[in-house]
Amino acid sequence: MTNPAIAAQGVWFTYPDGREVLQGLDLRVEEGERVALLGPNGAGKTTLALHLNGIHEAESGAIHVGELELNPSNLMEIRRRVGLVFQDPDDQLFMPNVAEDVAFGPANLGLSGAELDARVTEALAAVEAGSLADRAPHHLSGGERRRVAIATVLAMRPDVLVLDEPSSGLDPAGRRELVATLQGLNITQLVITHDLPFALELCKRAVIMDGGRVVADGSAAEILANDELLRNHRLEMPFGFNQAGS
Amino acid sequence: MGVGHAHALYIHEHTPIHRMAPEAKLVAAFAFVAAVALTPREAVWAFAIYAVTIAVLIRTARVPARFVAVRLTTIAPFIVFALFIPFIASGEQVELLGVSVSRDGLWGTWNVVAKATIGATVSIVLAATTEIPEILRGMSVLRVPAPLTAIALFMVRYMELVAQELGRMRTAMIARGYDPRWLWQAKPIAAAAGATFVRSYERGERVHAAMLARGYAGAMPELNHRRANRSEWLMSASLPVLGITVALVALVVT
Ligand SMILES: Nc1ncnc2c1ncn2[C@@H]1O[C@H](COP(=O)(O)OP(=O)(O)O)[C@@H](O)[C@H]1O
Ligand SMILES: [Mg+2]
Repeated sequence: MTNPAIAAQGVWFTYPDGREVLQGLDLRVEEGERVALLGPNGAGKTTLALHLNGIHEAESGAIHVGELELNPSNLMEIRRRVGLVFQDPDDQLFMPNVAEDVAFGPANLGLSGAELDARVTEALAAVEAGSLADRAPHHLSGGERRRVAIATVLAMRPDVLVLDEPSSGLDPAGRRELVATLQGLNITQLVITHDLPFALELCKRAVIMDGGRVVADGSAAEILANDELLRNHRLEMPFGFNQAGS
Repeated sequence: MGVGHAHALYIHEHTPIHRMAPEAKLVAAFAFVAAVALTPREAVWAFAIYAVTIAVLIRTARVPARFVAVRLTTIAPFIVFALFIPFIASGEQVELLGVSVSRDGLWGTWNVVAKATIGATVSIVLAATTEIPEILRGMSVLRVPAPLTAIALFMVRYMELVAQELGRMRTAMIARGYDPRWLWQAKPIAAAAGATFVRSYERGERVHAAMLARGYAGAMPELNHRRANRSEWLMSASLPVLGITVALVALVVT
């Protein structure tokens, strides 16, 4: 059996203020999968994402990325492999212009010169944002910011992309372009969202998280058709959404 | 609440001075101003040469004279202070408009006014032709310590956001009937600024997490940038070379 792209086993985590946010979480994402991670506000989704590339350290349990078990000695390699796209692109885009922001990650990995330029060009092309290279982040539209934020992570050539609520704050056109962008990327993806139609459009598999652990895991079509399950975890399809047709 | 392009001191143009690598401009401006500062005040002819040089610089950079004049008002307090010097300085007295003033003090006023005006004008031209990230990049090329440059970089990046956020809060207040026209009505604005600060602090933590997630290990990486080439250094050097030559001649002859 090949290694999963990401595997979290029995992960527990408590914030310094005493809130137990992850309570024995198990999750396995296979290579090449695109999985939706659903759950109400406060379920611990963002906290989990921050564990997957070692920003937070679990109290107990283990996290594997490919064959590597996350530990302080391989943090840099884990961070290269797991590309984290934060919920608010303004947190992610901190350099004065787009090209420099995209260069930040690979430069930290030691790339420079023509190799670094090539990475920037490649990553921006992957999200169709090549023309934005010289722009300042605060002059971009919401959809452009989101795509550039994804490029900043792609530039590190990650094995897995973890996206935290990528459709939040986008208008319908921006959302549609984002779906196309993500579908076009040939890379394992964990998509955190509570935008259920978005999840259904993108992912074959869906996982529901609540109270710091996984409470449902299965085909997206089945999970999103289970009204009672959704209601129990404060999730709902928008009124009038016809999921039978999709 | 429009978000202005670049910063308020920048004039968008395409001139050789705009295109010049920032490190070359920074060195040239600094060296020229230093030469001016060392020029003896009695060498009035030297200041005339400086004035002509700067006029040519302003023309070349296509910075409107009005723009320079308006920004020069920031040094008005120094000028006002300098105007008092002849009345309080001691030494040989001369008659000026029927008032007895110190000759040495008059030279003092001239010294401060001339040098401050030239220094400020050069800074204005530098800022008008160089975007802030470029200035910061020039600083880092010139080996200004990295933490200083990084702090300046983030301030510039997030000042815009904080300003936008304050603007939105103000709009939200006005929408609920609050209309701050006078300073003493500004208390809610001050409270909003406080809230914005706390949010910026939380943002700082998230930005830091986002940096760590992309392999940040405590030092800003060296990014590829075009460095100043020989002809740029030569072109930019013409300004301080002229300044230093004039200053040296002035020092010798006076
Ligand atoms: N830095 C923090 N310190 C303390 N508590 C936090 C922090 N970040 C998040 N929490 C709390 O942890 C819980 C889970 O948060 P989060 O992982 O952001 O959930 P989700 O992304 O699923 O909405 C929430 O109750 C939240 O208030
Ligand atoms: Mg969250």
